[in-house]
Amino acid sequence: MLKLGVPSKGRLMEKTFDWFGARGVTLRKSGSDREYAGAVDGIDGVELVLLSAGEIPRELAAGNIHLGVTGSDLVREKLANWDSRVAELALMGFGGADLIIAVPQGWVDVDTLDDLDAAAAAFRAKHGFRLRIATKYHRLVREFLRDQGVADYQLVDSQGATEGTVKNETAEAIADITSTGETLRANGLKILDDGLIHASQATLFRGRRRDWTDAQRQKLKALQLVLGI
Amino acid sequence: MPGSAETLTEARRLRDHFAAQGAQVVKADVLQPADTLLDLYGEDIRARAYLTSDPLRGEMVLRPDFTVPVVQMHMESHADPARYTYAGKVFRKQESDETRANEYVQVGYEVFDGQNPANADAEVFALIAAGLNGLPVRAATGDIGILMAAVRGLRTTDARKAALLRHIWRPARFKALLKRYGSGAARTELLAADDPFANAGPEIGLRSRAEVAARIEALRADAAAAPLAGEEAALIDAILGLRETAPNVLSALGDIAVDMPAIGAAVSRLEARLEALAARGVDVSSLDFEGSYGRTSLEYYDGFVFGFYAVDRLDFPPVATGGRYDALTARLGAGRAVPAVGGVIRPDLVLGLSC
Repeated sequence: MLKLGVPSKGRLMEKTFDWFGARGVTLRKSGSDREYAGAVDGIDGVELVLLSAGEIPRELAAGNIHLGVTGSDLVREKLANWDSRVAELALMGFGGADLIIAVPQGWVDVDTLDDLDAAAAAFRAKHGFRLRIATKYHRLVREFLRDQGVADYQLVDSQGATEGTVKNETAEAIADITSTGETLRANGLKILDDGLIHASQATLFRGRRRDWTDAQRQKLKALQLVLGI
Repeated sequence: MPGSAETLTEARRLRDHFAAQGAQVVKADVLQPADTLLDLYGEDIRARAYLTSDPLRGEMVLRPDFTVPVVQMHMESHADPARYTYAGKVFRKQESDETRANEYVQVGYEVFDGQNPANADAEVFALIAAGLNGLPVRAATGDIGILMAAVRGLRTTDARKAALLRHIWRPARFKALLKRYGSGAARTELLAADDPFANAGPEIGLRSRAEVAARIEALRADAAAAPLAGEEAALIDAILGLRETAPNVLSALGDIAVDMPAIGAAVSRLEARLEALAARGVDVSSLDFEGSYGRTSLEYYDGFVFGFYAVDRLDFPPVATGGRYDALTARLGAGRAVPAVGGVIRPDLVLGLSC
């Protein structure tokens, strides 16, 4: 049996169902609408597991599910050495969102990471603490800023309404997911020219654990044939 | 194994080796307050150290090294000169390589002695080399102080020098800055605007409009400054590209000092160090020196830097590392600075090479 993890609600679930449906594999919730049980038609031996998109990376890495649909940003954020623990089978073409760094529009002197770094140095000298960047993507943002050589900043955790942290003066800049940039603009923020950390989209992943049975490996091949990926 | 009985026995042997030179044996708590390290290293420490929180004491860190607590202890004791040794576990997160230990024993030797820095550098290096005696290791050395002196000696503005010095330990940004200072003409649109804040929107957040205006003035001053001459940037590149035996490097630096007299004192320090090393029996004629060595470590070494690497085990982390960290004592000493140099050995790796 091959376990396929799919986000349990919302547009991500519906789009995933559509994506599989268009390729001849019907995924559906079984039982009532509130129940997180699912069924698969069109191929035998594949079991649908509905769970939170944020838990899918961990469950894939642990081997509790074999395949999973989730945002490529979540896999990179939640799994160290993600590409040794899961592999991309298909980019699904929806759920697109960019993880970006944004600063207040009033910072007319800051358009690039180079500017951000210089502003951070001056900010720290003046205020006595490091310039705060609010995010929930700690690993991705830290690795990005380290590679880019930005200093004198600190990350502060923000699990929601991140765009509001600057106005509330709990952060000076943010790193967050955006699809249209509308919420950012409405909150007086702008994206840095070179501030794209990761362009995310819904992706079908497989776990890379070595303990798969031959039957599971054959089942994956059969599923890939049906899906045409 | 990083914490096996054999490792602890080896750790004690090395600590005794250091103590026999007159070093005082010291200890440090496993749980350290996190604020000092966070202030020194920022987010990098979160990637490398285990942080945890205590309901009363706030954020704590499992000690990632002994240097910071030993410096703090020394700065409070006001002893001078002083030599310390210690042996104990340190804890490091391994974000990318699962095969590397996340807790292992370090045995260290730290010298706080401003009388003769060249001699103190040589003392630490030679003692660590003696501790590794007979093992198949090669030494790599460098000197961050020469690079810093070269940056200070550039014929350009103080603001540019400060920015370059701030990024000595971030090679990519350092290189980008050098390139930008050499090319001139940046941010022309912003600087030409009658009112740069015309489309700025509302002022939000803690960074005030006055701070933005101050940065624009800094950009304006930078745009007015002459571009950094290509020959000057080339001298920095030449220093960074040095990779030869120490005597050859010394000769090459002598040539560079003709065009850049500001590195003269730092080069003299290197020469004095090599003499002190030779006096302690180190074969300096074959000692490797790399101009950019030590630039990717956590930013506290600011002079002599060294590491010992297993010749046949390229998969091993360095068996021993060390260097001079005068600036760290100034940061932690509340205005008081003490010249300091030290190094650590990993006894588990020593054993891995001996068997």
